[in-house]
Amino acid sequence: MKYTFDFASLQEYWPEFLRGALMTLEMTAIATVLGMVIGVLCAIGRRGKRPWLAALCGAYVEVVRNTPYLIQIFFIFFGLASAGLKLPIFAAAILTMVFNVGAYTAEIVRAGMDTIHPGQIEAAEALGLSVPQIYWDVILRPSLERVYPSLTGQFVLMMLSSSVTSQISAEELTGVANSVQSESFRSFETFIVVAVLYFLMAMLLKFAFFLVGQAMFPRRRRLGTPL
Amino acid sequence: MSAVVKLHDIHKSFGTVEVLKGVSFEIDRGEVVAIIGRSGSGKSTALRCINRLETIQSGTLEVCGHRLDQPTLDLRALRQDVGMVFQSYNLFPHLTVEQNITLAPRRVKRLPNSQARALAQASLERVGLAEKIDCYPEQLSGGQQQRVAIARSLAMQPKVMLFDEVTSALDPQLTGEVLRVMETLAQGGMTMAVVTHEMTFARRVADRVIFMHQGRVWETGPGEMLENPQTPELQAFLSNGL
Amino acid sequence: MGGSFTINHFLYLLQGVGWTIVLSALAFALGGVAGFGVMLLRTARSALLRRISFLYVQLIQGTPLLILLFVVYFGLGVVGIELPPLLAAGVSLMVYCSAFLGEIWRGCVESVPRTQWEASEGLALTRWQTLVDVILPQAARIATPPTVGFLVQVLKSTSLASVVGFVELTRAAQVVNNSLFTPFLVFGIAGVLYFALCYPLSRWSRSLERKLNVGRRQAA
Ligand SMILES: Nc1ncnc2c1ncn2[C@@H]1O[C@H](COP(=O)(O)OP(=O)(O)OP(=O)(O)O)[C@@H](O)[C@H]1O
Ligand SMILES: [Mg+2]
Repeated sequence: MKYTFDFASLQEYWPEFLRGALMTLEMTAIATVLGMVIGVLCAIGRRGKRPWLAALCGAYVEVVRNTPYLIQIFFIFFGLASAGLKLPIFAAAILTMVFNVGAYTAEIVRAGMDTIHPGQIEAAEALGLSVPQIYWDVILRPSLERVYPSLTGQFVLMMLSSSVTSQISAEELTGVANSVQSESFRSFETFIVVAVLYFLMAMLLKFAFFLVGQAMFPRRRRLGTPL
Repeated sequence: MSAVVKLHDIHKSFGTVEVLKGVSFEIDRGEVVAIIGRSGSGKSTALRCINRLETIQSGTLEVCGHRLDQPTLDLRALRQDVGMVFQSYNLFPHLTVEQNITLAPRRVKRLPNSQARALAQASLERVGLAEKIDCYPEQLSGGQQQRVAIARSLAMQPKVMLFDEVTSALDPQLTGEVLRVMETLAQGGMTMAVVTHEMTFARRVADRVIFMHQGRVWETGPGEMLENPQTPELQAFLSNGL
Repeated sequence: MGGSFTINHFLYLLQGVGWTIVLSALAFALGGVAGFGVMLLRTARSALLRRISFLYVQLIQGTPLLILLFVVYFGLGVVGIELPPLLAAGVSLMVYCSAFLGEIWRGCVESVPRTQWEASEGLALTRWQTLVDVILPQAARIATPPTVGFLVQVLKSTSLASVVGFVELTRAAQVVNNSLFTPFLVFGIAGVLYFALCYPLSRWSRSLERKLNVGRRQAA
């Protein structure tokens, strides 16, 4: 039972792999931005004064964090389809990613906000800043700086778990891999190649987040100390 | 002489605990008032009512023409007229000294970015820290941080400044530099309400001293009253060496 | 096609829950053992072992579990080992868990102050004795909350085994939905069942963590 690897026969599929990888990155980029927005709003909602909104945001976070992503995908994609709402697969995949990562983001951002000392908010109030200004300048920015490593870690994980959207036929990297392996009959090699591609993409993403962090948080760049 | 801060019969409770039980006093323009008293006597609460960090239950309260007991109060206008410095500095750790100072002027008064640095520079010169303009708070000593906090407040050009035990968190050798800055401000005609445990400062700099006890103004008079207390409570307070 | 959701469908889903639990337990047990090994290597004295295990962790954590599953499934297939789906899923989940648990536990071991190692060395304990008698008991306390938290992760991850045809809860829900075409209902129920498994563990993990933090603050 000697197995000879044959990566050469996969060469012709390079454009396919590349297309899949780019789609994965594109989905990740969109879901990161939208997930940030949802997560921040939800974190603010959970801290807010309206009990029903806080409860709603809390329930969303707990439901997402305690059910598998795959079930969420099926629920949203097939559910919406059965209700007559047929989304394009690309949009549906991103919708599920945002729905999923928004909850994790909310939890991380909330943890960051909890570390802001009440005195900071009082000082800002005493200076005459409005509530939205206080949220942006005094609560959100230092919170994000503080939780930036866990936040970006979460987005890398999301990029990896986006492979699951292949189950609703999204043509991202894993989806591409599925069709390549059935055409080439080189399943093992195909998935090894794809594993390496994902690994490289994870590294790339980490590096990109590092650069963004350097640009966004000058204090961290200058002092290097955690906030 | 016109009073810029007028408290009349202020009552304030936290839950069922009444902390201010009918507090009345006034502060004239340019006057420096020191508020002293035991821990828990309501000094901070009274001060925080003046810029609406706490809301009052009853009484009349007027600050720089703003009626704090009326629903028509323009809170942001009030906050622009009243500056406050805290015991724990409360500088924003993620912002440089310059950004700390210019945040409120830029956001609240729409100061153009091109003028921000000059404003920060001018405010810092008043507290003797011009060379620290690009530092982050964690790079400064406690005394320096507190002086930056004063500069941050000054940059909004307040008409009244409130100080709540601003030297209590500092080592003794650092309190001096902060007190000197406050003294200069007082000489420059700033209207100030200063909650403090520094009796020498109260005696020397304050035009008037208010002794609070159990949520009331117990005794009030010029600085010399500390040498010659009328009530047994103030006598006891002073002889405890606080 | 069609028909309505009956008690039989529900029982079928419950059977799926059973297999989800079996697979989770298997993955967690195997992954725990392997993860312990990873933790040992990550804290080994030899820099080479540390570097190799670091690479292993990075590699596994940088690859989607689904891809890992395919690599194991097809990989073992081509070298002639026909694994039943349960074992294929179990093996890939084991690898996945070993990297994450190893890394969690490494953090806990390293959070025990260095002076504890030095003190034990002073008592002439061997490295292994120090680890077992001094370090691990202290690390275990810190490790419990994140380990319980990771259990939730494992439970959720087992849903991917459905992709290679193992009939756990997610696969069972797909089967039911394929005959009923009521995705909101069927996947909703599956979601509720997953939630019922995971949420208590999440709560438990959080309360353990709170207790630990309170204990630490008092000690400090
Ligand atoms: N937010 C709050 N909630 C409940 N009780 C409060 C609150 N703030 C203050 N108190 C209570 O009100 C009383 C007066 O507090 P205050 O801070 O005004 O005292 P103080 O004179 O400033 O004392 P110190 O010298 O210790 O600062 C205290 O008994 C305090 O416990
Ligand atoms: Mg006080």
